[in-house]
Amino acid sequence: MTMHSVPKLIELEIGQSIGSAEYLLTRDSLVRYAGASGDFNPIHYRDDVAQSVGLPGVLAHGMLTMGAAVQLVVDWVGDSGRVVDYGVRFTKPVLVDGRDGSVVVVAGKIAQIDAENNRVRVDLAATFADAAVLGKAQAWVRL
Amino acid sequence: MVNPNIQGKKYPATTPYLVGREKIREFARAVQSTNPVNLDVFAAQTAGYADLVAPPTFAVLIQEKGLSAPLSDPEADIDFSRVVHGDQRFIQSRPIVAGDELHGVLEVTSVKSLGAHSMVTFTTEISDSKDELVCTAISTLVVRGDA
Repeated sequence: MTMHSVPKLIELEIGQSIGSAEYLLTRDSLVRYAGASGDFNPIHYRDDVAQSVGLPGVLAHGMLTMGAAVQLVVDWVGDSGRVVDYGVRFTKPVLVDGRDGSVVVVAGKIAQIDAENNRVRVDLAATFADAAVLGKAQAWVRL
Repeated sequence: MVNPNIQGKKYPATTPYLVGREKIREFARAVQSTNPVNLDVFAAQTAGYADLVAPPTFAVLIQEKGLSAPLSDPEADIDFSRVVHGDQRFIQSRPIVAGDELHGVLEVTSVKSLGAHSMVTFTTEISDSKDELVCTAISTLVVRGDA
């Protein structure tokens, strides 16, 4: 197995992109996340229940969107254990179409460099149907 | 309306949660991780870890165990059917790895009113069997009031 090399702090600058990725969330993804996380709220798999509480349809778990979005950072640094602090605000739910699912687009850039502690802050922009679904999505990464 | 007097209330530690390899793999696949340290023991050990590493949001499992106490506490008066997740943060003191036995102590760190709504912040300190802090999970729930 080839080891992924960790980005070097000295080669990074504020505003630099770490790239972007698309995460397809289908109803299958939601059921899988429900099982893995133990969050069996039916608004994440039943249209009738979602509609009965005034939602337009089944929504992705916010925690699934949060967990998938950080994979961009994990893939960039190559080791999930280097993500030392990760926070988001849930600004808009991701409505998941029963047949086609929904695509969440995630892009990240370097927002802060802490040379003393060899850490950088990556800010993520996560959008679904061109609207932001996460706000203040920030991950501190130990390099 | 959430009882503002629960601010500062601490709940008893959750029962220990043993982090299993297959649970880490299951959770990793669910959040679409392909990171080898989450899936392959050899890769995790080559990277210097004792065992598989849990993805960055895995601690939600222990946080949820902690949240069941205030959500069923009559003094808190939180109507779960009106709860929306506002924000979430995980501060890792070290990565969670398979074999860890974790417990969480949850404290209500803030209760605020925003019109008819309440915003309640819970801070869960998650520690291992040696009582060393592994992760601090901070979650804000918005409890919708009557419109």
